[in-house]
Amino acid sequence: MASIRLDHVSVLFPIYNGTSRSLKNRLIAAGTGGRIGADGTRHVVVQALSDVSTDIVHGDRVALVGRNGAGKTTLLRVMAGIYEPADGNVIIEGQVAPLFDVSLGMDPESTGYENILLRGLYLGLSKAEVAVKIEEIADFTELGTFLEMPLRTYSAGMHARLAFAISTCIEPEILLLDEGIGAGDEAFLEKARHHIDAFVQRAGILVLASHSEQLVQQLCSRAILLDQGRIIAAGSINEVFEKYRQAAA
Amino acid sequence: MNVNHAGLWRRGGSITSKHTQLAKALTDIYEGLNRWELWGTLGWHDIRHRYRRSIIGPFWITLSMGIMVGALGFLYAQFFGQPIRNYLPFLALGIIIWGFISSLILEGCVVFIASESVIRQLRAPLSIHVFRVLWRNLIIFAHNMVIYLVIMLIFGIWPGTRALLAIPGMLILCLNGIWASFLVGLLSTRFRDIPMIAANIIQILFFFTPIIWNIDQLRTSKLVAELNPFYHLVEIVRMPLLGHSPPLSTWLVGLGVTAVGYVVALGFFVRFRARIAYWV
Repeated sequence: MASIRLDHVSVLFPIYNGTSRSLKNRLIAAGTGGRIGADGTRHVVVQALSDVSTDIVHGDRVALVGRNGAGKTTLLRVMAGIYEPADGNVIIEGQVAPLFDVSLGMDPESTGYENILLRGLYLGLSKAEVAVKIEEIADFTELGTFLEMPLRTYSAGMHARLAFAISTCIEPEILLLDEGIGAGDEAFLEKARHHIDAFVQRAGILVLASHSEQLVQQLCSRAILLDQGRIIAAGSINEVFEKYRQAAA
Repeated sequence: MNVNHAGLWRRGGSITSKHTQLAKALTDIYEGLNRWELWGTLGWHDIRHRYRRSIIGPFWITLSMGIMVGALGFLYAQFFGQPIRNYLPFLALGIIIWGFISSLILEGCVVFIASESVIRQLRAPLSIHVFRVLWRNLIIFAHNMVIYLVIMLIFGIWPGTRALLAIPGMLILCLNGIWASFLVGLLSTRFRDIPMIAANIIQILFFFTPIIWNIDQLRTSKLVAELNPFYHLVEIVRMPLLGHSPPLSTWLVGLGVTAVGYVVALGFFVRFRARIAYWV
């Protein structure tokens, strides 16, 4: 059974600018007894998440709601295991599929088929597993012989179709979605919506970061409101969006 | 800090106990090795990508190296007053092996920086990026070795069975390439001046290491070469292919550098592995 447990998780981002990343300042700092060192090595730390605790169990469809910079994407990345927090415990059970950027692992000079293989491997499939799925993916994209052409010849919509088809052909236990997935023309969007419904049904857990109440209502069963890296509300979608609008007003 | 990830990398895999940083670093390397289909494909892909739409494709690697070795070989053989038959194989191997070592270090510097988007989008072992760089450079090395085969044919050279000693030699080079990529890659991700510093050091080392010149040409003391670990790392592959056995000192330096390198690099990787996603 898939589960995500966050226990008092804090994430700090050191912001390195040109000066603090350079060795020069480190060396000067060492050579001057640390007098300049205070300026040379001090860097701004952004607290992206502070003291976040939550329990997500099998069957949960959770929406992360919050203003820009509230920590939604950071929290998704913690759940994906990309960021290990500075403080607190993270326990994740189950295979995770993060879907943050549709163009991950796609190469413009390679053909559609080559990109299916590349992205499939990135997502953790073996070559044999990709080979089994490749026809299904190709059919779903409806790109036909264009799949033998380099990706750079594709329109933006075709590109999105391909990326979407590859990413949703795997069957993860935990699906993490950042908003803005899916594109293309009307007919494809309708098809994609059906596909993502089925995809979400198969996954044990869905966590979606989004501003769109419509999308959240459609895909999720509960919501978490983040503000300045803290959870300030959790509960039903209506309640949380109510609070979100109050806070934004 | 305790972070627990169960079965994130391999489908069906399950790791449920709490892990120390050391265990997580070793798991990263082990899982990275298991993902050979990914880095193998990416390594080939890098090569094909570089020469896509060119007519002779990756054989540009061979051709470029051939032109350089040929031109330099004739010039320096005159310069040093050496017979071309002896000098050209020596120079070709030196430049090919040095190219392998130096690319591993230079590309190792940007191993994580260049894969920034993947590191920030996807949980995957960080070691796959290191293995990708090694594999890509092994492919380039193999293309370059064609030049040496051609030279052997032209001059009728046969190194004999001692050439087989080049296999453990290459193994030592590869093992060193792995730790070096981890170490300089990690440091460069944090301190962005290091790739430039490394490029300068590598350029100087090319002249200080006996590649275009022979150690016997040093008049007073051979220490400048003997104390240079890169001399031994070149010799560990070059000597067998020229039909000589590398001396014990060369094997010892090769193995010693490997051992020390792994201790240092693993120490850094254990300590800072989790920071790399924040640094890229």
